[in-house]
Amino acid sequence: MSEKVTLTIDGREIRAAAGGKLLWAALDNGIYIPNLCAVRERVRPAASCRLCFVEVEGSAAPVTACTQPVKDGLVVRTRSERVDRLVRSAFELLLSDHRLQCRECPANRSCGLQKIARERGLKLRLTRLKPLPKEAAIDESAAAFSFDRSRCVLCGRCIWVDREVAKVGAIGFTRRGLERTVTTFEDETLAESICNECGLCVHACPVGALYFKQPE
Amino acid sequence: MTAAAIEAQYAGLQKQAVAKTAVQKSKPLVRVGTATCGVAAGAIPVKEAFEKEIGSRGLDARVVEAGCMGHCYAEPLVVIDKPGFAPLCYGSVDGDLARRLVADFLAGDDPCYEFALAALEPNDVFPTFSEFPRGVCEEKIILERCGFIDPEAIDDYIARDGYAALAKALALPPEEVLAEIKAANLRGRGGAGFPAGVKWEAARGAGDGVKYVICNADEGDPGAFMDRSILESDPHQVIEGMIICAYCVGAAEGWLYIRAEYPRAVERIHTAIRQAREKGLLGQSILGSGFAFDLRVFQGSGAFVCGEETALVSSMEGKMGMPQTRPPFMAQSGFRGRPTVLNNVKTFSYVPHIVSRGADWFKGTGTPGTPGTAVFSLVGKVSHTGLVEVPMGTTLRRLIFDVGEGIPGGKKFKAAQIGGPSGGCLPEAALDVPIDFDSLRQAGAIMGSGGLVVLDEDDCMVAVARFFLEFTRHESCGKCTFCRLGTKHMLDILTEITGGRGNPASLEVLRELAEDVQAGSLCNLGRTAPNPILTTLRYFRDEYDAHIFEGRCPALMCKELIAYYILPKKCSKLCDACVGSCPVEAIFTRADGLKEIDQQKCVKCDNCRKACPPEHDAVVKLSPPSLLSGKEGVPK
Repeated sequence: MSEKVTLTIDGREIRAAAGGKLLWAALDNGIYIPNLCAVRERVRPAASCRLCFVEVEGSAAPVTACTQPVKDGLVVRTRSERVDRLVRSAFELLLSDHRLQCRECPANRSCGLQKIARERGLKLRLTRLKPLPKEAAIDESAAAFSFDRSRCVLCGRCIWVDREVAKVGAIGFTRRGLERTVTTFEDETLAESICNECGLCVHACPVGALYFKQPE
Repeated sequence: MTAAAIEAQYAGLQKQAVAKTAVQKSKPLVRVGTATCGVAAGAIPVKEAFEKEIGSRGLDARVVEAGCMGHCYAEPLVVIDKPGFAPLCYGSVDGDLARRLVADFLAGDDPCYEFALAALEPNDVFPTFSEFPRGVCEEKIILERCGFIDPEAIDDYIARDGYAALAKALALPPEEVLAEIKAANLRGRGGAGFPAGVKWEAARGAGDGVKYVICNADEGDPGAFMDRSILESDPHQVIEGMIICAYCVGAAEGWLYIRAEYPRAVERIHTAIRQAREKGLLGQSILGSGFAFDLRVFQGSGAFVCGEETALVSSMEGKMGMPQTRPPFMAQSGFRGRPTVLNNVKTFSYVPHIVSRGADWFKGTGTPGTPGTAVFSLVGKVSHTGLVEVPMGTTLRRLIFDVGEGIPGGKKFKAAQIGGPSGGCLPEAALDVPIDFDSLRQAGAIMGSGGLVVLDEDDCMVAVARFFLEFTRHESCGKCTFCRLGTKHMLDILTEITGGRGNPASLEVLRELAEDVQAGSLCNLGRTAPNPILTTLRYFRDEYDAHIFEGRCPALMCKELIAYYILPKKCSKLCDACVGSCPVEAIFTRADGLKEIDQQKCVKCDNCRKACPPEHDAVVKLSPPSLLSGKEGVPK
């Protein structure tokens, strides 16, 4: 048994394995912190979605829970004016780059974005920002699933399972800035690539970017 | 090996170097500044003109290349050092002047004082740079040799006590050298100002295995060229600093990460490394001390974000140049997962000086919080652009008005953009802030690595903010939400405002987004990207309001908010300079012979305003364009 530490989240005392990250300690104890890109097994978190901000006593500014190691005596608040504001902004930024047609989306009601909206009382529409045009052809080449980049939030979870669990390495991030995308080597379709269509990436996708053609 | 033996070996090297340079000094010497700045201004043809003229006259004089003396406004710069005269520096030299100098000064004895900029040594005849207003303010430590030595001749460096600090350091225990760097409170000059000694100590304490020392020369701020000039002008200074660092932390391998857009710097560093190896200053048992260290060069592919240390290391490892979360910090796990010290070119450059002259000497310059000097590339609307080195704590006013000699053309100062795309725009009221890392952060800007762009009344602050956001949006690696999408939305809002389509609500969204991108981004590129917006909103809110509420650009810069107009009272029937200058035939001659602009056709290229002869000065810019009333072309 690994060593345990005791910390306080939102006034609740919690015991967690030493060396772990705060995000998982909270989620394991039923305390929700918004997240999209976090992968428990990942040693160095991507920390790219910027949704899991919390207040940690002693830190001048909110920190990301996925990178914060648990420590004895750590005092955490998952909500504050500053945290809520950052989460709201990061969430709306992601929505502005996401094809927002929930009713047509296969991930409707199982979507990570919808969960965040529900948990934090956020609107599933843009209130301050304009939608960024996002046109992308849907890759329907694989037999069992499709990939719609216009819904992708670039969390990278599909890439992680593809490489670390399936050990295939068919997909990865390419390009920079707004052009950053998940794709195959030389932008081949999934069927042309080395993808063996195991489908693990579809399960890893928190939104409706990767989805099975036949609902499971 | 004993300390005495190391110093004896160095003394031998220096003796050789001094002897070699002394022989050279007996002949007239022409030094042409051929750092990138000089080359861009035409230094290569000037150098060839000297060589050709000296050759055809059969004179016994040498022509060598040197680096950058920092007087960019007067490039190409040439120094002529003729026995019997004080070395003289000539500015804005061209082929004709080169031939004349050879004929009159080298072949004859007339130094052509009328073309000289300054003397380099005190004399009874001609003033030196130190007597310039700029010379009074400047205090050169790491730029001292720049432009005065041949960067491709290691003996020039050694003759001027180069590598003496290394010999001194190698004769001491590493802890003692490290203690001196720590005591000097040398703060990293890459922008963040983190104490170098603390970094080094952490890397030193990180076990006994393989460690790396990396020099960050991925300078990428628009308008900044400090690191490039130092690498091109005094490469051995950087190398010496890196070797001393490696000795302190126990590293055997070092890398210089230089962007590929700096081919001259890369070439000169390669030459310098080769020469240092030949002298036994790099490689196995440096100066016979038993300490081994060698250097390699990695050329960065030009992504701005690779100046961020985790992205830099990722790109060296063959991965995408994208930042990662910290910890682990470099000192624990950096390049190839090994303890790594990563410092800027300028930071390493201070090291030999601190080792030679001691921490107390270093702390005698600058502010208590930030000892030493600051190196700036002073550019923009300033008379004497250049590379300058002033003590920390110098005010912006002194830097711009004394060192830079003010704003050209009698224009009014508006702002100092300091720290590049991560920095901010400071107004007149902030000019008396003594510059150091902490004071600038308080003012909303950052020290950055030293870019300082002066803006005058013709610069629109909203457009300036937009320029920098366009840069950061383009350079965002796209990994994290705030930077990838936040910079895009902020840029879109700024584009609306400069295009006359802004509204008060979007200004509020801009402010909120700027604060959130600052607080929420993964790396410092994103965290500092909103600074140009936040500082212009803080100090120049009136300009945003003028764009949004009045459709007016106060600086008459935003094309969509201005109109060109020919003042009939000033226009002359006898002149049609503007008509020919217009690329779209928008200017026509009225029945009364005066010229007028067809506003429908005008593309606001500014050609007519430039073409109009100064005696008429009839073309003006108006903002908002509604000043042109319904009547064609007549202002209200």
